[in-house]
Amino acid sequence: MNKTKDIEPILRIKNLKKTFGDNHVLNGFSLELFEGENLVLMGKSGSGKSVMIKCLVGLLQPDDGSIEIKGKDITKLTQKEFNDLRTELGFLFQGSALYDSMTVRENLEFPMRKQKKTDEESYKLVLEALESVGLTEAIDLMPEELSGGMKRRIALARAIILRPKIIIYDEPTTGLDPITAKEIIELMRNIQQNYKTSSLIITHDVDCARVISNRMILLIDGINYAEGTFEELSSSKDEKIQAFFK
Amino acid sequence: MITTEKIGNALKNFLTEVGEMSYFAGRFFKELFSRPFEFKELLRQCYNMGNRSLLLVGVTGFILGLVFTLQSRPTLMEFGAQSWMPSMVSISIVREIGPVIIALICAGKISSGIGAELGSMRVTEQIDAMEVSGTNPFKYLVVTRIMAATLMIPLLVIFGDAIALFGSAIVENLKGDVSFQLYFNKVFDAIKFSDILPATVKTFFFGFAIGLVGSFKGYYCKKGTVGVGEASNSAVVYTSMLLFIIDFIAVFVTDIFF
Repeated sequence: MNKTKDIEPILRIKNLKKTFGDNHVLNGFSLELFEGENLVLMGKSGSGKSVMIKCLVGLLQPDDGSIEIKGKDITKLTQKEFNDLRTELGFLFQGSALYDSMTVRENLEFPMRKQKKTDEESYKLVLEALESVGLTEAIDLMPEELSGGMKRRIALARAIILRPKIIIYDEPTTGLDPITAKEIIELMRNIQQNYKTSSLIITHDVDCARVISNRMILLIDGINYAEGTFEELSSSKDEKIQAFFK
Repeated sequence: MITTEKIGNALKNFLTEVGEMSYFAGRFFKELFSRPFEFKELLRQCYNMGNRSLLLVGVTGFILGLVFTLQSRPTLMEFGAQSWMPSMVSISIVREIGPVIIALICAGKISSGIGAELGSMRVTEQIDAMEVSGTNPFKYLVVTRIMAATLMIPLLVIFGDAIALFGSAIVENLKGDVSFQLYFNKVFDAIKFSDILPATVKTFFFGFAIGLVGSFKGYYCKKGTVGVGEASNSAVVYTSMLLFIIDFIAVFVTDIFF
């Protein structure tokens, strides 16, 4: 990774704070994601990972702090400006979140509704996305006809259909058997190479983190407790850090 | 034991819910008139609600007309007033029984269906996924469903009323040797514009209530499968209550003007 202080990050979160009642979930969390980088974020359940992601994709409004995507602070954008910027973000939901009432093709076409593409152009993009996850034959199937691994792949195809610069993975291997999990990790690497994306991966899976990460952040008590490569963090003597790698 | 505190809390929760639902309704009207319009989804919802409720509404209407006529017949015969049957049945069905019964049936089918569908979409993060993809889920899911229910319930009620009158005509034909032509001539003689207009206008409000409550309960469904069940169940209960309140107001207003 060619990360230097001079390069502008594609995503920068600064001093993010979010509170629910008396529960301070994020207490000044910060991160920088650079172009072409795979950044893994690990944290215990309830540590604020999901809240951070929801703030990042605009599902929650942070109490304080800034989130810059390609230099634009999304907390200061209008809804329309933010919707335009959302095309730069792909999001793989933990449970895939495919639309039950739509076929695979309609699921993939859905993010393109505002793109004013012809049917032919849309179809071509759908086929390309399905090819990149190896599931072109599933184009006319309904989500209920797919296995868990296939659903995750289709969700990944939907996340990349608009050629986003940043892909956010929310626990991409959770609930999958080890073989399928490995396939998904391999797919994530291929997508990163082919589409030149930057990835922010939230995971509990140490194997996934080891294989895919260029850099890792450990989120504890709403702040970035530690940062470094997998090797650096896994060899740390700090008990709190070691707890993640046991 | 019921304490003042419990009553206070229940009242507070009720008023909070009414406030939230009013805000939800306000947002519906705001989004309804703002671009982009989701015509394709609206048509799909109209088809789903209308077409898929036809059989249920038809069967309900038929039995309603049949039973109502069978039950009323002996009483009218006692007074030698069986020739009033078409007038009595048609006015009762068109003005009151048809709209209320069919709206209640639709509350059970459509409102709970919307509650369960949107609730499960909320629980499985499909609504979040829509928002992340830059689509306004309120406009796409809620506005289209409320509009479809508002447009389809009046049509379903008209269809149900017609089938109910047909059921009634069959009984009269079999039991009283009244021909279909004579029966329907008497029906159209008896029904006035002032019977049809208020009854039809109130069905738009019924449809709006069915769509609104189902969407509200589903859209703000609590997490988990229990949440989906609760959304579906409370959608039916709240809608049914609201239908009676709307009907009471409609009857009151009709009484003043007609």
